[in-house]
Amino acid sequence: MDASIDIVTDDLKDPATTEYLITGGDFDDVIAAQQARSDETIVINMGPQHPSTHGVLRLEVELDGESVLSIRPGIGFLHSGIEKSMEYRTWNQGVTYATRMDYVAPIFNEAVYSLAVEKLLGIEAPERANILRVLTMELGRIASHLVAIGTGGMEIGALTVMTIGFREREMILDFFEALCGTRMNHAYIRPGGVSIDLPENGLARLRTLIEWLHKHLPEYAGFCNENPIFKARMTNVATMNLPQAMAMAASGPVLRATGYPWDLRKKQPYCGYENYDFDVITWDTCDAYGRFRVRQSELWESLKIVEQCYKKLEETDGQPYMVQDPKIGMPGNLTLGPDGQGNALSHVKEVMGQSMEGLIHHFKLVSEGYSVPTGQTYVAIESAKGELGCHLVSDGGTHPYRAHMRDPGFHHLQSVPFLCEGGMMSDIVVAVASLDPVLGGVDR
Amino acid sequence: MTEELPSTEVETQPAPVVQAVRKGMWGEGPGDVSGFGGISRPIIRHQRASRPYGSWFDDVANRLQALVADLPDEVSTDLDQLTFFIPKDRLLEVVRAMRDDSQLRFETCTSVSGVHFPDEEDAELHVVYALLSMTHNRRVLLEVTTSDEDPVIDSVTSVYPHTNWHERETWDMFGIIFDSHPALTRILMPDDWDGHPQRKDYPLGGIPVEFKGAQVPPPDERRS
Repeated sequence: MDASIDIVTDDLKDPATTEYLITGGDFDDVIAAQQARSDETIVINMGPQHPSTHGVLRLEVELDGESVLSIRPGIGFLHSGIEKSMEYRTWNQGVTYATRMDYVAPIFNEAVYSLAVEKLLGIEAPERANILRVLTMELGRIASHLVAIGTGGMEIGALTVMTIGFREREMILDFFEALCGTRMNHAYIRPGGVSIDLPENGLARLRTLIEWLHKHLPEYAGFCNENPIFKARMTNVATMNLPQAMAMAASGPVLRATGYPWDLRKKQPYCGYENYDFDVITWDTCDAYGRFRVRQSELWESLKIVEQCYKKLEETDGQPYMVQDPKIGMPGNLTLGPDGQGNALSHVKEVMGQSMEGLIHHFKLVSEGYSVPTGQTYVAIESAKGELGCHLVSDGGTHPYRAHMRDPGFHHLQSVPFLCEGGMMSDIVVAVASLDPVLGGVDR
Repeated sequence: MTEELPSTEVETQPAPVVQAVRKGMWGEGPGDVSGFGGISRPIIRHQRASRPYGSWFDDVANRLQALVADLPDEVSTDLDQLTFFIPKDRLLEVVRAMRDDSQLRFETCTSVSGVHFPDEEDAELHVVYALLSMTHNRRVLLEVTTSDEDPVIDSVTSVYPHTNWHERETWDMFGIIFDSHPALTRILMPDDWDGHPQRKDYPLGGIPVEFKGAQVPPPDERRS
């Protein structure tokens, strides 16, 4: 022990080689030694493999002590050329690529892509398909917001919020599994409708899910809303007011937390959102806490819509869930079998044993796909995270000529320097979490 | 409004914009005896619209014409979307008018997206801007073209600061240089990457898929 103290005191004159040990020394000496390099800043890399960066986000941070001097987000680590790959697949197969972009809210990617293809084709999905789309999108919104709230809470130490968030999300994913066979990356919404109708016990399962959510969603308010630590970490952090949000073209909960009720479901309705009764949630604090409250209240609005979907699904039982155009919709009514496969046995029997033309048609539709008239379109929907846009160009062929997704996470991450610079290092994770980027969507 | 309609109705439709001509039933290749090989169809990119465009499209188009002098009047209203085709040297003027004028007030440019048409001479590269007006609840598209030899377009970041990353992505993927962009660097691909992956002359890549006793070629070489 004595020896270590000797080392400290001996080398104090030369700050560059000074070792500070746990046994310490005189505080004045320590501070004096630091004075020589007090104007130095530290550059650190947060990520790409940092648990609180929501995937593989790299933040290059220049720090003066604990204050952020500059911050530069670096993205692209998850870039997998999805847009390019889509150009080599049929229009229908494009859904399976689109769904893998923002993997926390995959249903929105499918929806916007399908809506864009439908716009180019000039078709509209039947009523029941729209109800199923709205149902899955709102459940997807709840699941996505739960992850945003949960992981956002975890990053500031509120671990329970994460565990209960994932518990509720699990119930929603279970419902998706019963509905279409997959928990994530559903490829459920297809151009022309949805891939499969509700299963036989679908409504009963939905009822159970609604009851579960009713029982458990209040817990988030109880845990967080007035929690002093939670509020202290989030209030007045990462502030962005309305003019700033306009300059950064923020959308979704980030924009609504500035008090501006902009929601594409209300302003530019799609999939029949005009037939549902719900409110656009706003908050007026312009900070991370406001975004949290907007998301939390939107859970309830989404649940309201889900309940209305339940009624509408009861009323439209037996109606088509895919356009009745055999040149676009896949033949055969798929039903999820006990083996987890979706074969339509009566259809297989027909094309294999009775109808040569049916077989040719099936083969052509599956292998070559349908052609989409020439043109381009930009379609946008309100995803859980903001405006999710899809720019599609067709040259009249069976593949997209160009598919581009405008991901809200990609767009919002541009504001990170603006939100964090001049603030504290510990607020970076709060700021990033309040934007709720998902790097699968950001990098595509 | 309705009184003006009938007289101009029947006259000459502007010629559509043809992208290419598609021959045969299954694309270029050996001829077949079915007769389908003789088919020749133009690929019509878009129809040039003539006035009146309908609904609020006329208001926006007229206002833009009034604000930006000598702007060529090339517009498409296909699919109920208003698309302006803007010469690239007028882009900044147009977006500034689009944002600042109270009757237009397109506050945000939500998306910038490149498209590569290698067969289109002197206009191989297209950039499509999706503008959104929250005040008037309207969307328009602006399309700008440039050539492979001179792939430079003015950056709109001075008007729409939030297009910073979108333009970087378009540079990264298509090699379109946005003049006076604050830091036009690659964003999705690594800094030292060669080429611009989403151009049509850039291969998809991939390896053949092996099956027992058979081999499926990589996706970009499959016939489909």
